[in-house]
Amino acid sequence: MKCRTCRGPAIIELPRHNANFCAEHFLQMCRRQVEKAIHDHDMIKKTDRVLVAVSGGKDSLAVWDMLVELGYQADGLYVALGIGEYSEESREYTERFAAERNLKLTVVSLRDDYGYDIPTATKVTGRVPCSACGMSKRHLFDKAAVDGGYDVVVTGHNLDDEAAVLFGNALRWDVEYLARQLPVLPSRHGFPKKVKPLIRLTEREMAAWCVIRGIDYIVEECPMAEGNRHIGYKEVLNVLEEKSPGTKASYYLGFLDRMAPVLASIAATGADSVTPCVQCGAPTGGEEGSVCAFCRLVERSAAHEPVSVELVRKKSRSQKRVQAEASKK
Amino acid sequence: MKVLLRNPRREIEIEGRRRVHALLAELGLPRESHLVIRNGTLIPGDEELDKDDVIEIRPVISGGF
Ligand code: SF4
Ligand SMILES: [Zn+2]
Ligand SMILES: [Zn+2]
Repeated sequence: MKCRTCRGPAIIELPRHNANFCAEHFLQMCRRQVEKAIHDHDMIKKTDRVLVAVSGGKDSLAVWDMLVELGYQADGLYVALGIGEYSEESREYTERFAAERNLKLTVVSLRDDYGYDIPTATKVTGRVPCSACGMSKRHLFDKAAVDGGYDVVVTGHNLDDEAAVLFGNALRWDVEYLARQLPVLPSRHGFPKKVKPLIRLTEREMAAWCVIRGIDYIVEECPMAEGNRHIGYKEVLNVLEEKSPGTKASYYLGFLDRMAPVLASIAATGADSVTPCVQCGAPTGGEEGSVCAFCRLVERSAAHEPVSVELVRKKSRSQKRVQAEASKK
Repeated sequence: MKVLLRNPRREIEIEGRRRVHALLAELGLPRESHLVIRNGTLIPGDEELDKDDVIEIRPVISGGF
């Protein structure tokens, strides 16, 4: 197997590009895809101060690495979620990555700074873990960006992530979510601009980037993601991808090209009035004098005694069993 | 050869020589969601694996959002 660019020995085959690459030219292909995404969607200006939302996983560390390499001024923010060993390990990977490269990393800890963690919040809300977790992260990234004077927040969502979310939204014909599924969220009403530079690269490519660049990241899955719907969608899309390489890219990038413009008028009609939360000042969709969802979550979760990861997982498994039995009847 | 699998982390022993894609197919692991690594280096699908090789098959799908 030979590299498409230099005819040297290849280390990876990319059926969707109908090509194989050596390490050097694989990295070059990835950089070009990121530059194209940034350019096509007007994501980041060279003078912008960038805040990267890092988790210790392959995607966020890879995008941080790429942006720094491409000459952007990018700092990291890590939120310690308190998901047992998984969180401890992912924090170590993140801190090591930043220290080795002399990059600025800020760590916010849910337990130390706000008095709760994700397993406890999951118990308190009675919803799937990713719901309290996603909301907490969004709030803290927004806050850190605004407080730190950053121009843009970068997340590591890749092509597989976006295609899976698109697939879920299309299965439910959730037109409002479809209309808002864009790689750039402009800043408005006190929310920072948010962008996804990895939309043209797959998970496999991001993992390969990390292996080639010697980036250690947490390979283990978040224990609370078990049975997550998105993983199922990704597997389905990968079955199609193996049969017909390029399917994921044409599905998602084609959506951006040809469907998103059709939906644009719907995206614009979303609820637009916001008021500051009376407790933290963050913008919220509620009426004058209301408290934001994050502050309410903190209040309820911090008052609850800490719950372990194992307890929440056991509970969600037994719930599923009950639901499965109920649906048989 | 020794094969390290992840999620959960475990090790299996495979008898004899194999090409990388044959091994993945045998284990029922889709190429699109796995990388094969030997001594810290990626190895392509047509590479022949030796019986003394130690390799890692690393899944690349992650959940959450
Ligand atoms: S999988 Fe869900 S619970 Fe785990 S880190 Fe991601 S969003 Fe949070
Ligand atoms: Zn090459
Ligand atoms: Zn608030």
